Amino acid sequence: MAMLEVSHMEKRFGNTEVLKDISFSLEKGQSLAIIGSSGSGKTTLLRSLNFLETPDAGTITVDGQLLLDAAVRTKASDKEIRKKRLRFGLVFQNFNLFPQYTALENVMLASQLLAKERPDYRQNRREILEQIRTRGVELLTQVGLQDRLDNYPHQLSGGQQQRVAIARALALDPDILCFDEPTSALDPELTGEVLKVIRSLAERNMTMIIVTHEMAFARDVADQIIFMDGGVIVEQGPARQVIEHPVQERTRRFLSRYQGQS
Amino acid sequence: MFQTVLNALNQGFLLTLALFLVTLAGALPLGLLVSFGSMSRFRPLRYVMRTIVWIFRGSPLLLQLFIIFYVPGELDHNIWAFSSGRFWAAATAFILNYACYFSEIYRGGIESIPRGQDEAGLVLGMTKQQIFFKVKFMQLVRRIVPPISNEIITLVKDTSLANSIALAEVIWAGKKFMKSDGLVWPLFFTILYYLAFTGLLTLFFGWLEKKLSYYSV
Repeated sequence: MAMLEVSHMEKRFGNTEVLKDISFSLEKGQSLAIIGSSGSGKTTLLRSLNFLETPDAGTITVDGQLLLDAAVRTKASDKEIRKKRLRFGLVFQNFNLFPQYTALENVMLASQLLAKERPDYRQNRREILEQIRTRGVELLTQVGLQDRLDNYPHQLSGGQQQRVAIARALALDPDILCFDEPTSALDPELTGEVLKVIRSLAERNMTMIIVTHEMAFARDVADQIIFMDGGVIVEQGPARQVIEHPVQERTRRFLSRYQGQS
Repeated sequence: MFQTVLNALNQGFLLTLALFLVTLAGALPLGLLVSFGSMSRFRPLRYVMRTIVWIFRGSPLLLQLFIIFYVPGELDHNIWAFSSGRFWAAATAFILNYACYFSEIYRGGIESIPRGQDEAGLVLGMTKQQIFFKVKFMQLVRRIVPPISNEIITLVKDTSLANSIALAEVIWAGKKFMKSDGLVWPLFFTILYYLAFTGLLTLFFGWLEKKLSYYSV
C-alpha cells in the first residue's frame, strides 16, 4: 500500500488557482522530488501536506488512514490537527531554527513538550528526558554536528543550521519528511553538506518529498519525480526517466534551462 | 531639621516606590492582554481595544488621573472613599495608561517575529500556547527590553503626577515644608531620589540587555 496518497487536491488564493487536480502517491521508503519553476505550486503543495494551508478540495491519505478530506467541512480540533501533522515533518528553506535555543535544544524542544502529554510523564520524568536527550545527540551526530550541540544557531553556518533543522524534524519520527527547497538559501559551497545528509536519509529508506531546484540531485537521489507547472502536474515518473527522457514538451523546455548544470 | 526632612522624604518616596511597583505589576501583564486584543482576528474586539489604547495614549495622564479619582464622587458613588483610596485611584489610572503604552510595544515586538517561527512550531506539533511561551516569548522579551525600559523610566517620573490628587508621594512630602516651615530646599532635594532611582534602573536595564544578547537573530 502507498505510504502517501494525494488525490484531486485543489487550492486557490483568491482568484488564483494554485493547485489544480493534484494526484499522486508515494511508496514507503521511496523519495519523491518535485521540480518546477517558482510559482508552479510546489511549495503550496508541500505546505498543504503539512497543514499550513487548507486545500479547497481533495484528500490526503497516509498509510491507509484518511488524514484530510477537504469536502468534509467540520472543523477538526487543534489536537487532532496536531496529531495528523506529526505524520509529516517539514524542513524549511530558511531553516526557521529557534534562535534562543542551542542546536541540541532546538532538536529536543518539541519532543519535550510532547512528552508532557504522556500519562507516565510525572513518574518517569527523568528517564523520559534522558531518552530525549540521547536521541537528540544521536540525531545531531547523524547529521555530523556532534561537536556543535551547544552552539546557538547564529554561531553556525547556513549549512549547519539546515542540518540542525533536519535533525529537529527527524526527532518526532515523521512518516514522511518534506523538504521545501532546502538548499536555496545556501551558498553553493554549503549545499553539498545538506544534500549529503538528505542522500544518507534516502539510503536509510526514509520516505521523503523534496521540492528542489537541484536537478542532478533529484535525478540521483529521488525514486520518483513530479514536474509541476502552473499548478498542475505536467509529468511524473521514475526520476531518471523524467530528467533524461521527458515526454512532455513543457518538461523538456524547463529542463533545458538547467542543462550544463551537472 | 535635616533628619526630619529626610525622614519625611523617605516616607514619601516609599509611596512613590509602591505606586511604581504596583503600576508595573498591573500594567505589564495587562498590556499583554490588551495587545492580544488589539491583534485579535475578531474585528469588534480589535476595534474596541484600539480605541481604548487611543484614548489612554491620546490624552494627558494628569487628566485621566483627575477623571478616575473625581468622577465616581461626582456620581455619588465614591469608590475611593477608603483610607488608601487615593493611592488606588492613582494606581488604577497609571495601570490603565501604562498598559496601553506597553501593549503597543508588545504588539510591535510580536509582529516583528518572523512568521516562520510560528510555522516551525506548528509543524513540530506545538500548540499555539506553546509556540507563544516556548518559542516567541523570549524573542519578544529581547526585542522589547529597550523600548520598555524607556517607558519604565518615564513611569518613575510620572508617579509625581499623583501629588495632584494629594497623594503624599515624595514631591508632596517635599512641598509640605514650604507651607509649614518656609523651606524650599526639601522640594528641590527630591530630585536626588529620582536621579538615584532612574540611575539604578538604567544600570539594571543595561545589564539585562547584555544578559539577553547571548544569542543573535
